[in-house]
Amino acid sequence: MNIPEARPLAPADQELAAVGHRPVPLEVSHVTKTFRHKRIANLTRRKKAKKPPRAALDNVSFTVQTSEIYGILGANGSGKSTLIRILSTLLLPDGGSVRIFGLDVVKEPGKVRPLLNRVSADPSFFRPMSAMENLLFFGRAYGLSGPEVRRRSAEILSRLGLGEEHAREPMLHLSRGQQQKVAVARAFLSSPRLMLLDEPTTGLDPRSKREVQAFVAEVRRESQVTILLTTHDMDEAEQLCDRIGFLSGGKLVAEGTPLELRKQVAAGRPLDEVDMEAVFIELTGRSIEEDEQEDENQGQQAEGGA
Amino acid sequence: MATIDVLRPRPPSRVGLGWAFFERQTNLWKRYWAWEIVWLLYGVVNTLAITFIANEAGRTGSVSKAEQSRLTMFLLIGTLVWAYMSAVLDDMSLTVMWERWEGTIEHTLMAPVPRVVHLVGMSAFGILHAFIRTSLVMACALPFFHVDLGQADWVTAAAVVAVGSVSLIGLGILASILPLLYPERGEQMSFMVQALVLLVSGVYYSVSVLPGWLQVASHVSPATYLLRGIRDALLNGSSVGNQAGTIAILAVFGVVLVPASLLVFGLAERWAKKTGQLKRQG
Repeated sequence: MNIPEARPLAPADQELAAVGHRPVPLEVSHVTKTFRHKRIANLTRRKKAKKPPRAALDNVSFTVQTSEIYGILGANGSGKSTLIRILSTLLLPDGGSVRIFGLDVVKEPGKVRPLLNRVSADPSFFRPMSAMENLLFFGRAYGLSGPEVRRRSAEILSRLGLGEEHAREPMLHLSRGQQQKVAVARAFLSSPRLMLLDEPTTGLDPRSKREVQAFVAEVRRESQVTILLTTHDMDEAEQLCDRIGFLSGGKLVAEGTPLELRKQVAAGRPLDEVDMEAVFIELTGRSIEEDEQEDENQGQQAEGGA
Repeated sequence: MATIDVLRPRPPSRVGLGWAFFERQTNLWKRYWAWEIVWLLYGVVNTLAITFIANEAGRTGSVSKAEQSRLTMFLLIGTLVWAYMSAVLDDMSLTVMWERWEGTIEHTLMAPVPRVVHLVGMSAFGILHAFIRTSLVMACALPFFHVDLGQADWVTAAAVVAVGSVSLIGLGILASILPLLYPERGEQMSFMVQALVLLVSGVYYSVSVLPGWLQVASHVSPATYLLRGIRDALLNGSSVGNQAGTIAILAVFGVVLVPASLLVFGLAERWAKKTGQLKRQG
């Protein structure tokens, strides 16, 4: 990693310097978030029983250390995206606290934002605009100049296997996998200290999936970036993550290194016979599919982002 | 394999950040150039359709020749000022609706850009865009009418537009709040607000013809003063000095509306973050 010394400190660096020590990249303490159910017009004129609010996150606590890749494994609707939105300063928790490099995300969102970036499962862009026009906007919003955005975009996209000609195409002409690679480039453009990857490979073809996973692993090796990765892909979690937490029904039910988690459920069996899916079922009491089915039943009328 | 250097961006200037939004809007509208032509044609047809009412009044003898010329200018100014105002408000609310639809609103709101820079950057494009479009509509519509602009004071008109546009930034930010809170109905709701401003501001008639209670409402619309100032400058040749009162009122509107709209946007953003409303809609 080469940080030009002659350059003045960016606001993010000044904030870190002001703290005076190396603060923990991410501390999540007793975070809760509940969503109200939607009120739906009562067409039958029969009064329905009032549904209790749905807890998307229930007393979730964990810590992520510098340069660590921490995985959150859980089914759709288990609270992964709600957690990512809270960390991204896009959702306010009902209780608990989140500190990013010692800064409170609710009280100091302006200081937190330069330190992080995010890739979501759904690559959101201004689709009529070209990939480069989108990258120019988001790069400039993080304080990069036009030439810096162009140079870094070309480098990142090339490493993701996306040629320069694609950068000139309107986003709506690109495939889902190509759009997701542009989303990865957008997030890494600003050299974030904390990267939030919310199911970054969902819906990608196997080759694109491998390219994105390889890129994430390489960037982590080369820089000090700390990564929080949410996924429901067991293999991806095991391959990329130093530690994994299992999120089920909004609760963090277990955490540890992949090896520690296997040991917890091995019960004398050889560890290579215990796959991560079996670990998940054993520690959460349910499979990913069961979790998803329950969430579909509960979440049909739920409001907000779980 | 070459490594990617870890870039530590310089502290960005507010102008540089504001430019990001201006440039994005320019790129977005470039992609919709065909719609721009449609809106231009609509603006010209609308202006002609309303201003020809003055010709009809002259033909039927309802007004004298001199009064017809004045009525033509009155309607033309009203139509063009309204086209300018509604273009600014539409630009702001449409952009937020687009962002909700595309899901980019989350990425925009989590970027380290002060909200004032974000919204004023968008408004700056809206003002320039509306000014260019309205000027083109005027250039296309003027040849259809015999109007005497000999005594018009263009400097005063420009001063009124410049000061009045600051208050339009405030109104534009307020218009963008509705699609932020109500992604499915917000834009239609902002049309309703525009319709109320149209009713009370004396766009196609003098405010004095309104019932008393609506005349009271006209005092709190900056459009009332914008129209009054431009009409006095172009129809009566009123100087900047004579229009100082109107310009001062417009300045007060700007000074009050811009911070107030930023405050309300901030409250709306907080509510959206509390209830989880920023998720992609579309």
